[in-house]
Amino acid sequence: MISHSYRIPDWIDNNARVLDLGCGDGRLLAQLVETHAIHALGLELDPDKIATCLDLGLSVIQQDLDRGLSNFNDQQFDTVIMTQTLQAIRRPDLALSEMLRVGREAIVTFPNFAYIRNRIQLGLAGHMPVNPQLPNPWYDTPNIHLSTFRDFEELCQTLGIQILDKDTQNLSGKRTWLGTVWPNLFGEVAVYRLTKEP
Amino acid sequence: MSQSLGVVTPELISFEKPLQLERGQTLPRYDLMIETYGSLNADKSNAVLVCHALSGDHHAAGYHESESNKPGWWNHYIGPGKCIDTDRFFVVSLNNLGGCSGSTGPLSIDPETGKAYGPAFPEVTVLDWVHAQARLADHLGIDKFAAIVGGSLGGMQALQWSITYPDRLESAVIIAAAPRLTAQNIAFNEVARQAIMRDPNFFDGNYADHDVIPASGVGLARMVGHITYLSDISMGEKFGRNLPREDRDAEGVNFAVEQYLRYQGKQFSGRFDANTYILMTRALDYFDPTLNESTALSQVLSETRCKFLVLSFTTDWRFSPSRSEEIVDALIQAGKPVSYARLESAHGHDAFLIPDATYERLFKAFMSRVHADLGGTS
Repeated sequence: MISHSYRIPDWIDNNARVLDLGCGDGRLLAQLVETHAIHALGLELDPDKIATCLDLGLSVIQQDLDRGLSNFNDQQFDTVIMTQTLQAIRRPDLALSEMLRVGREAIVTFPNFAYIRNRIQLGLAGHMPVNPQLPNPWYDTPNIHLSTFRDFEELCQTLGIQILDKDTQNLSGKRTWLGTVWPNLFGEVAVYRLTKEP
Repeated sequence: MSQSLGVVTPELISFEKPLQLERGQTLPRYDLMIETYGSLNADKSNAVLVCHALSGDHHAAGYHESESNKPGWWNHYIGPGKCIDTDRFFVVSLNNLGGCSGSTGPLSIDPETGKAYGPAFPEVTVLDWVHAQARLADHLGIDKFAAIVGGSLGGMQALQWSITYPDRLESAVIIAAAPRLTAQNIAFNEVARQAIMRDPNFFDGNYADHDVIPASGVGLARMVGHITYLSDISMGEKFGRNLPREDRDAEGVNFAVEQYLRYQGKQFSGRFDANTYILMTRALDYFDPTLNESTALSQVLSETRCKFLVLSFTTDWRFSPSRSEEIVDALIQAGKPVSYARLESAHGHDAFLIPDATYERLFKAFMSRVHADLGGTS
């Protein structure tokens, strides 16, 4: 899908109950178990990745995110994480609402379609962007719902979701000066910390 | 590199202390036929209990001296370097109470009458099996199993263990199972029982008095069961509309699938006791840790303390993935550590017995972790 090293800021409490939607090989959860002694649960579809999670001693459920989270209770988790998956699911809006139904807070990352390189490829060259951030051609891509930071923030407003924090990074997980000042133009990936408005 | 266990030898363990059964009766004494593989470590923490399904027995892996061509029923998954690695774990497998492979059951002598129990053998339940298994663990000096593992009815025993003896297992592996049977499932078992009971040689279960066995009924019961353990796809692939094989008895048989079912039925009726079949299917039918939904499954599982691995198979329609997911969802609701995968397979319910790379990969990863988490010496 999309793989690079975003960095999750220290927004998770020790011993928190954490659900990772699309947990992949479980690297992030395993790291949080190590650093924050979290109670981790991952959802993943690919059996090979599930096996890697089991190697790490993680609990992982094979579940299609497009089927929703109806098997989880309201506010069952402290934090629900979704990294680089939002753009690949059928209804990102429903997913966000569900994340904040089952979790007190959500952490979401996704690629910024308004990043300057994408604007150049689309606006000047007239092509759908294909680059390290978005490696797939338009006709064969899991990334069916590309959006910009601005689009995402508008959606949050519509859904009554409060943005508690935001961290803009480049593909190496580094914060850049330009990305901080003009995130929607120079940020490649953003990490959002969300909660439901009271 | 994985290899076979080679020749294994069963062992009969006797229990002289009476066992109070769930339905009220008492077994004054009983024997359990068991096999063990691998060796128990110094702190006795590396034991794995393997629970058998409806027609299984203690012979789970390796070969018996007399039958060098027929390995135990889960040989592919138990042995050196295999999923249940006998280089790491001490594996205990037994024939359950009421069985017909050496443990006390309808074929055994009732000490009160001096005659075989036959149909008078008390009704046993999954809970009774679990209590008997716990006594076996005591006998072997095992306070806590590293894992309790089973497929189908065996998975139900692992589930029951997690509820009844939460402190006596580190992990439970529940494969192709269900929290309880559906009406359709009970119906299949009833057809199987009726096939046996309506056999003129059944004599209300007292066939031994007449020196006969209800072979036709048991064979028919097995045929019905066997159809439900396979899938439409696997039967299509294996038999299609092929004609019978000429090297086998083909009298009155039109298609290969008929010949196969008859062969399976005949083999089974020669080795499996009719009263045991009835008893085992009843234990399966009655299994219901929610006690007819008087308590939600998530509530029942709230006191469990082990890690769970639940596995199901896409074409299993006898114990479909959605049934396994009921267990998984209840564990999630109860906030328990559970991992789950719905494995792609064409083999229906029988898939839990059949070699499959993804199944092995997941099962092995989980068991390796169970071993790594043991601590102490091993």
